[in-house]
Amino acid sequence: MDTQLISALISGLGMGSMYGLMALGFYITFAVSGTVNFAQGSSMMLGAVLCFTFAQTLDWSLWLAVPAALALCGLYGLLVERLAVRPFVRRGSDAWLMSTVALGIVLDNLVMHTFGKEPRSLPSSLAVSPVEVSGQGLGVYPLQLIIPLVGLALAAALHLVARRTRWGTALLATSQNRDAARLMGIPIGRAVAGAFALSTVLAGVAGMLIAPLANVNADMGTLFGLKAFSVAILGGITSAWGVMIAGLLFGLAESGITVALGSGYTHIITFALVIVALALRPNGLFGRAEVKKV
Amino acid sequence: MLCTDKGLRIHKGLLAAVLTALLATLPWRAMAAEPIKIGLITALSGQSALAGEAITRGLQTAIDEINADGGLLDGRELVLVRRDDEANPAKGVVAARELIHKEKVAVLFGGLDTPVSLAIVPLANQARVPFVGPWAAGTPITKNGADPNFVFRVSAMDELVDKAMVAYAQENFGSEKFGLMMINNPWGESNQKGLVVALDEKGMAPVASEKFDGDAIDVVPQLTRLRDAGADTIAMVGNVGPSAQVVKSLRRMGWGVPIVSHWGPAGGRFTELAGPGAEKVHFVQTYSFFGEQSPVGEKLIAALKAKYDDVDGPEDITPAVGVANAYDAMHLTALAIENAGSTDGPAIREGFFAIDSYPGLIKTYETPFSPQQHDALGPDDYVWAQFIDNRIVPVELND
Repeated sequence: MDTQLISALISGLGMGSMYGLMALGFYITFAVSGTVNFAQGSSMMLGAVLCFTFAQTLDWSLWLAVPAALALCGLYGLLVERLAVRPFVRRGSDAWLMSTVALGIVLDNLVMHTFGKEPRSLPSSLAVSPVEVSGQGLGVYPLQLIIPLVGLALAAALHLVARRTRWGTALLATSQNRDAARLMGIPIGRAVAGAFALSTVLAGVAGMLIAPLANVNADMGTLFGLKAFSVAILGGITSAWGVMIAGLLFGLAESGITVALGSGYTHIITFALVIVALALRPNGLFGRAEVKKV
Repeated sequence: MLCTDKGLRIHKGLLAAVLTALLATLPWRAMAAEPIKIGLITALSGQSALAGEAITRGLQTAIDEINADGGLLDGRELVLVRRDDEANPAKGVVAARELIHKEKVAVLFGGLDTPVSLAIVPLANQARVPFVGPWAAGTPITKNGADPNFVFRVSAMDELVDKAMVAYAQENFGSEKFGLMMINNPWGESNQKGLVVALDEKGMAPVASEKFDGDAIDVVPQLTRLRDAGADTIAMVGNVGPSAQVVKSLRRMGWGVPIVSHWGPAGGRFTELAGPGAEKVHFVQTYSFFGEQSPVGEKLIAALKAKYDDVDGPEDITPAVGVANAYDAMHLTALAIENAGSTDGPAIREGFFAIDSYPGLIKTYETPFSPQQHDALGPDDYVWAQFIDNRIVPVELND
């Protein structure tokens, strides 16, 4: 039972921090604009595919490939906001729900036609030799330890920026009252566009970190993005910490259920637990109820 | 006026004669020149696209050979008409309907994925058009209960692969306690059942059976259950990506258990994806272009090298099973059409049963089909292979 417990803990924390990292991208745009890019999984895939293309196919150094891939991810985020979110929000329509999904499908298919059809592997020296942790032969890849650190550091940074800096306060103000914020001289359009760029960059970071552990292909982000969205809602999408912690809990639940009951039950029970959690706490585990002024 | 009138009459007469002559020759000419359409429905995009391309190459090379020999049914050429099913059963059915009713294909090839094949089977049986499978291994594709059954296969069959996996593991690893690691889809489900039956026949039962998702990253929790249940061998069924994740997770656990697998790993760059340990997976194939080749093998490799720029040797003919199965299936189908003497579906079906002996690539077929036997290959035709670097090599060549 000991090895089972340890293996569930390690796998759960590793997977959970990946979900949390992805879910942070939902948090950022929601905090600023009340909208999200539902196709966050596609943004993650874009980061991984671009990094693979630059570093492997074109043989650039990682120091060049990673920033270039992230810059393009940011650009894609701006595109998502400009094409799939802004035109609808301006008219007071909720059609961005669908249009962001549609844009994600377009991206998946474009990648399939340009990047190719085969799953590929992004090699990393951090994901070849496991480091033994438990004394019972069970190891982890160093990358699996780095992902939670990156996730927690990013959550902390976002939390500090949002609560402690003028810039962060300004961003949050836009979501609370757009008109008042505009009157206070906050450039709302740029703030929202910036949030989308940042959220896509975060998804790109997640994609690059996950790629060496997974496979790089056009649909690698689909189910992952869906789980990350569940995590964002579970955490209460208004708190960076909440989202990250919900990610860890989701990952632990998945691996715990698999180890204890078998993989036939994993999805059934994990998602049922999400529904139960939301029924008990409609604003998510760590979210606060939004005050609606009438 | 008169003159014109007479001229006109002559012209009319001439015209009538020419028209009659033309009309008399047209249908005959049209029939002689009209190509026989061979349909192919497979994944041409997405993760399995490489396999779809392999099937295409196998069929096309055989078709080129047949056409170079003067075609079929007194000089009619064969043409391949391809449609992409995107590994989606609904799209496969739409494409099958189009190829059968609009393109009027004589024979339909296809089904890379078992669910797509299973969706097309009732349609082919209803339209009475032979449906030949060069890949999908699902048992109920050919054992579909229809009478008459128009579905044939030149490929592995799950039920037999499961038996072969058990037998191979017992013989080579002395396996007694099988842990099953099955992909979470209908393909995994059907093999899970097949393996339970195969083990039961030997008086055994799996010590544990686990599922994993197509985009799984970490399957240590599942593998931990198998190890704790005392498994001494893993029987694995999954596509190339998820199969690679199993190898990576095993490496993390430091568990060097033998793995016998269905042919999923052959569908892509398994060594690149799985990293060290990829060669430990022994999987089933129907053919290998490595090692000593028969004259048919030599001829096919030469043809592929000449036709495709990216083929320099056996390592580029990949996945090998796609090319090999499709190549033999096309030649067997050509024999069936010749036996039928027409492109009528029911006649071609009888034509398949009338094939007596044919020296093919995978083996020399002796009466490969009968009303009770719609699968041309059996467990004796399977080859066990492993990845050595980026090449799929028969295990026996590495001993």
